[in-house]
Amino acid sequence: MSKATHSLPRTIAAHAVLIAYTVIALFPVVVIIINSMKSRNAIFRTPLSPPTPETFDLVGYTTVLAQGDFFLYFQNSFIVTVASLFFVLLFGAMAAFALAEYRFKGNTLMGLYLALGIMIPIRLGTVAILQLMVASGLVNTLTALILVYTAQGLPLCVFILSEFMKQVSDDLKNAGRIDGLSEYRIFFRLVLPLVRPAMATVAVFTMIPIWNDLWFPLILAPSEATKTVTLGAQLFIGQYVTNWNAVLAALSLAILPVLVLYLIFSRQLIRGITSGAVK
Amino acid sequence: MASVDFVNVKKSFGSHPVIKGVDVEIADGEFVILVGPSGCGKSTLLRMLAGLENISAGEIRIGDKVVNRLAPKERDIAMVFQNYALYPHMTVAENMAFSLKLKGASKAEIETRVKPAAEILGLTPLLDRYPRQLSGGQRQRVAMGRAIVRDPQVFLFDEPLSNLDAKLRVAMRAEIKELHQRLKTTTVYVTHDQIEAMTMADKIVVMHDGIVEQIGAPLELYDQPANLFVAGFIGSPAMNMIKGRLDPENASRFIALDGTVLPVGKPVEAAKGKDLIYGLRPESMRLDGSGIPITVVVIEPTGSETQMMAKLAGVDVACVFHERVAARPGDIINVAIDTRSTHLFDAESGRRL
Repeated sequence: MSKATHSLPRTIAAHAVLIAYTVIALFPVVVIIINSMKSRNAIFRTPLSPPTPETFDLVGYTTVLAQGDFFLYFQNSFIVTVASLFFVLLFGAMAAFALAEYRFKGNTLMGLYLALGIMIPIRLGTVAILQLMVASGLVNTLTALILVYTAQGLPLCVFILSEFMKQVSDDLKNAGRIDGLSEYRIFFRLVLPLVRPAMATVAVFTMIPIWNDLWFPLILAPSEATKTVTLGAQLFIGQYVTNWNAVLAALSLAILPVLVLYLIFSRQLIRGITSGAVK
Repeated sequence: MASVDFVNVKKSFGSHPVIKGVDVEIADGEFVILVGPSGCGKSTLLRMLAGLENISAGEIRIGDKVVNRLAPKERDIAMVFQNYALYPHMTVAENMAFSLKLKGASKAEIETRVKPAAEILGLTPLLDRYPRQLSGGQRQRVAMGRAIVRDPQVFLFDEPLSNLDAKLRVAMRAEIKELHQRLKTTTVYVTHDQIEAMTMADKIVVMHDGIVEQIGAPLELYDQPANLFVAGFIGSPAMNMIKGRLDPENASRFIALDGTVLPVGKPVEAAKGKDLIYGLRPESMRLDGSGIPITVVVIEPTGSETQMMAKLAGVDVACVFHERVAARPGDIINVAIDTRSTHLFDAESGRRL
């Protein structure tokens, strides 16, 4: 393997593929960001050129920030994402630990049942979920969103983490038991620190769809007080006229918090992805 | 310190029995080794003593207390695992102090227990390191230190040397034995390596297929194996087994299948003419010009001794000579058999006569 990386044509080919992929992946993001800093005419005339002194215009950002409620939207998105993430990781890790650690009847069946949610999109149940939220008086609350997103994130979390927890040495857990740790403390003090990279991986995979979701905020919590960023950005998309400056500026701003969260997890994430492969 | 008793202990996983009724008495301060091939139930038995596996039937006592239903931490034991099982996110000192900290010991008390333990094991310069910064042997010592610090009634070792290389294993073997002589704590040690068992134990329990085949001091097992399994398991190279029968006229003559006559040390009159198996230790043959002819197949000089594979009475036998042998493959040499260390086994039951 190390020989292959030393050959120059192979190195060039590998880099070419990776660079091409990076360009494709980053293209929409870059377009959004450069256009968010241009005047309306410039956006339509030369959508792919970066802002020049003539076309540079922050009107989009001023519109968004002047809208006032945008900070509230950010706050809502942030609360929903972080709370959902917390519950997904906590309950998911607990369920995964039980599945990985204890022998009981129907263990495999239970694992399959918990993983089923990966294959069935939660949106199929939207109508029932809405009825449920109406009945329990949770419409237009962040709690409704947190509950739905927790349910949405759990299957993947349980599935990935139970695999990782099976790899934690049994002897280590037994050493803890002999030393007098309770099952809860074995979980929190021995197992969780060891599967931290896997937790970060799950966190990133869980976080991004929640942050970007438009569907459930639109249906379950469209009120002014509970709007999320993605829903708030729709404000500028009108039936006849769309304020593209403001939409693009709002989207650019929406990237920031998720980028911060990603950077926090990313160090762990890379270890998580490579931990099984490199040994 | 305490004695340990297994009384008719049984264990099954589902309908599959793995321990089929084990009785072992371990005296206070004894170093007992459970040995057997893999899958014989020795590790399961140790884990049952530790409280990590349920007991299906029978009774396990530590001291006078029946521990069947006690959680591991209430049994006052300490265990050393095959892959060390050190807490990876704690330093050596923290690893050793952890169980005391959980019990709520004061800082000063922890200090007074960890320090001498580290001293004994030569871990003092390593106390601030993390397990990943240690070599295999050092990790094993930390695992032992963690056990010592607890000052338990019983030490349990689960194949602690299997992950070490051969040279280190010999060194650690001596270290563990010396540690036991110093602390005199009752110790139960599991291994599949009969050399470890022979060199370290006060008493060996040979297990096979969920039952105890024989219990005894190392040399007792070597000199008087109860049956074919123990005879074949203890000793390296293994005992040679030659099929045949006892001469119907003369109980001190064993006739192998090809008619070769082998001498019998302790004639058993009652077994005259019966089908038996003749057990011959590799080292109980010596070169003797007027002895039984054997054909050399492979010769392996190791310096201090000469190991040889040879044909005796039509079967392959291993021989160990303490002198150098100048023979080549295919040569025929004559050996005399030391009849004090030959055994006769019943061909059907496998018992030693």
